[in-house]
Amino acid sequence: MSVRTLPPLGPNRALRLPPVAERTLDNGLTVIAIRRPSVPLVELRLWLPFGRAHLARGLMLSQTLLSGTAEMTSVQLAAELQKVGGGLSAGLDADRLLVSGTGLVTGLDRILELLAEVLTGATYPRDEVATERARLIDGIRMAQSQPTHLVRKALLKRMYGRHPYAVQTPEPEQVEAVRPAALRALHADRVRPTGAILLLVGDVQPDRALDAAERALSGWTGDGTPGALPPTPPLEPGPLLLVDRPGSVQSSLRLALPAVPRTHPDHAALQLANLVFGGYFSSRWVENIREDKGYTYGPHSAIEHSVAGSALIVSAEVATEVTGPAMLETLYELGRLASLPPKEDELEQARQYALGTLQLGVSTQSGLAAVAIAYAGVGLRLEFLAEHAARLAKVTRDEVAAAAATYLAPARAVSVVLGDAGRVEAPLAVLGPVRTEAAGS
Amino acid sequence: MAAGRSRIPGAKHPVERFTLDNGLRVVLTPDRSAPVIGVAVVYDVGIRSEPEGRTGFAHLFEHLMFQGSESLEKLAHFRHVQGAGGTFNGSTHLDYTDYWETLPSNALERALFLEADRMRGPRLTEENLRNQVDVVKEEIRVNVLNRPYGGFPWLRLPPVLFDTFPNAHDGYGSFEDLESATIADATDFFDRYYACGNAVLAVGGDLDVAETIALIERHFGDVPARPAPARPSFAEPDLTGERRESYVDALAPLPAVAAAWRVPDPIEDFAGYLPYVVLAEVLTDGDASRLVERLVLRDRAVTSVGGYLGLMGSPFDVRDPTALVLQAHLPPGGDVDKVLRTVDEEIDRLATDGVAAEELARTQARMATHLLRETDAVLGRTLQMAVLEQQRADPGLLGELPRLVGEVTAEQVRAAAATLRPQRRAAVEVVPGGGAR
Repeated sequence: MSVRTLPPLGPNRALRLPPVAERTLDNGLTVIAIRRPSVPLVELRLWLPFGRAHLARGLMLSQTLLSGTAEMTSVQLAAELQKVGGGLSAGLDADRLLVSGTGLVTGLDRILELLAEVLTGATYPRDEVATERARLIDGIRMAQSQPTHLVRKALLKRMYGRHPYAVQTPEPEQVEAVRPAALRALHADRVRPTGAILLLVGDVQPDRALDAAERALSGWTGDGTPGALPPTPPLEPGPLLLVDRPGSVQSSLRLALPAVPRTHPDHAALQLANLVFGGYFSSRWVENIREDKGYTYGPHSAIEHSVAGSALIVSAEVATEVTGPAMLETLYELGRLASLPPKEDELEQARQYALGTLQLGVSTQSGLAAVAIAYAGVGLRLEFLAEHAARLAKVTRDEVAAAAATYLAPARAVSVVLGDAGRVEAPLAVLGPVRTEAAGS
Repeated sequence: MAAGRSRIPGAKHPVERFTLDNGLRVVLTPDRSAPVIGVAVVYDVGIRSEPEGRTGFAHLFEHLMFQGSESLEKLAHFRHVQGAGGTFNGSTHLDYTDYWETLPSNALERALFLEADRMRGPRLTEENLRNQVDVVKEEIRVNVLNRPYGGFPWLRLPPVLFDTFPNAHDGYGSFEDLESATIADATDFFDRYYACGNAVLAVGGDLDVAETIALIERHFGDVPARPAPARPSFAEPDLTGERRESYVDALAPLPAVAAAWRVPDPIEDFAGYLPYVVLAEVLTDGDASRLVERLVLRDRAVTSVGGYLGLMGSPFDVRDPTALVLQAHLPPGGDVDKVLRTVDEEIDRLATDGVAAEELARTQARMATHLLRETDAVLGRTLQMAVLEQQRADPGLLGELPRLVGEVTAEQVRAAAATLRPQRRAAVEVVPGGGAR
């Protein structure tokens, strides 16, 4: 068998940002339009700051925003959107209400008109609210049977304590209590143009897209309540929290570590340190616990940015019988990188991955929309992508080692495991103190 | 142009096709609008071809194709793709297995090298086999065994709808079969199915056609010529009576049901098949669709309902036999019989009164958006073209789909609905075993 040599890479093509236009309308709405004419579609995102909103009401509002207006029922709205190949949906998290849609670019004016109708005239009809309330409660029950949801719920509570981020799913009883009047009041208070951002990405001429948005949405007015959140509290390490799920054939391992926002001077170095540790397939941790030991299928480690703070979350679903050993390897790989600098070739590989996936991420209309709206929500613009790429290109091995020592130290981790306590408590207790509680408590 | 009908645009992606002397078919689809490329290799073997006693083998073998090859150690493939700024994966389907990477375009030659190297031969070792059996078992635990509704309905419907092993068996595989897999099995599987005459290579994105052809010749030209094996027919007769099964899912908190009806051959009778693709959307796309309006919004008999072609959810990458699938989740105490009766009633109404011109036109416009959006990513486009080349020798069909979907008539949709009779239906019900709390 002859061994062939891997061909070298060609010269890099520099990151080129697409044409962008931006305008703040008289009503306080910021509109951003980005041109990427790859297919004759347009992506729409509307970011409404929703921090501190009542959780059950906010979630119900996201499910019923499109349930009808004075002029149209939910079915008529859906049909009118469909006519231009369009669709709209709304989703809520602890920071924002996000309205998302896609449609044929020829239908942009109509989609904006229908969006305006909903923003200025959603009526939250009683029957539709009752239907969606029952669906949402069923959805929460379904989520509560998913291990990934249960462990996430326990982790957020453990990480954030009394901060609003600590609870991100309401209990069914709380949803049961939501009435249309409360939704109308919440809409009047929070679905407002001041501080909101509308993004249009696709086969558009940016200036003309801004004009279209201005025509459709200038009648939407009013100041909302600012929902500024306090900064997230520092993580408080302590005993590993073991949440019992009797009979579970796998354990869900989660470690939360401190992280910094995108604009922090340590961010690029931390991103590379995370990649070397476990942030992509060719990382130390994944090669160890999957490709060497076969403990798990899809382990991952990622920095999660929210408006009020950032955190690094390490996640793996592992077979029950290897829960202790999998935790040991996880702590070992974190500790190894926090204690010893990475090798030069490991860093270069991670750097190329970070730079390449940046290019891949913005090569579609929907990818570009996802990046641009996440940035806009924290006050950044697309130029930040190029600045971040320049920083990634310059980070040194010493900076990565310093970031790892600061942020990846296992001593700073908040650890949660969901699994069959009867089988995994003793193996986990070998590694450190464990506190066990029942699922959902 | 009919009144009320949106003009449905197509996608204009150029296509070049050719075949190397060794029989490898190649598709190129250049697009220089972003500095990224997609590379896909599709082998004409999938779940339906795995031998009895070796359920899950096609998927296990897919994992083995990442464990090193002629010139590459274990882990090298991943590191070379990601170290060039790219991402990779593979997936196993009923009729094919795909391998892909998407990267900045300066890594084109590297990606071709990596795919050619494993096409010449993976490194099949006992240690890697045992390791990947463990990994696949964890994959099955996370996706099927440790969660509610695991494998519903894609693993649960086939044994009700079909009778023969190729169509009916569990494509993820039993732990027993996975554990008894041997290196000899893997070698045989590679020799039989991973012939370059049984593969298609597709490359899309930021590339120069002449230069890319030269690179493909350089890297794949000396892959030994091996012909494709004869592909057996997997045909089965249609159902002659209604079939209905149920099972208890210990983790599921709420009932659910899925139903399937056989549809015309997607390859041999594409014109007969297409109306069913539209019908599934008329029934289930959004609040203004027939079943969402009736079952979710009016009757509150289900919390969600979905419909699609193909047991794995994609209509244009599957051969005969296949099906139109509907699935619904019910509220606590929901009545599955009543839901199925209402579905029959709504289908009857469509079969009798047909679909309104306005209703059909808006459904087709929405389908055009979905089809165009799927082709926006270079990789998505490249992968789909590879499969269309393999199954239909027509990668250009991808760009024609929005138009063809738009040309389906109300009468064709009505006639398709008329075939979805209860006596041709296979259904499977999930009985909730309680859930976490």
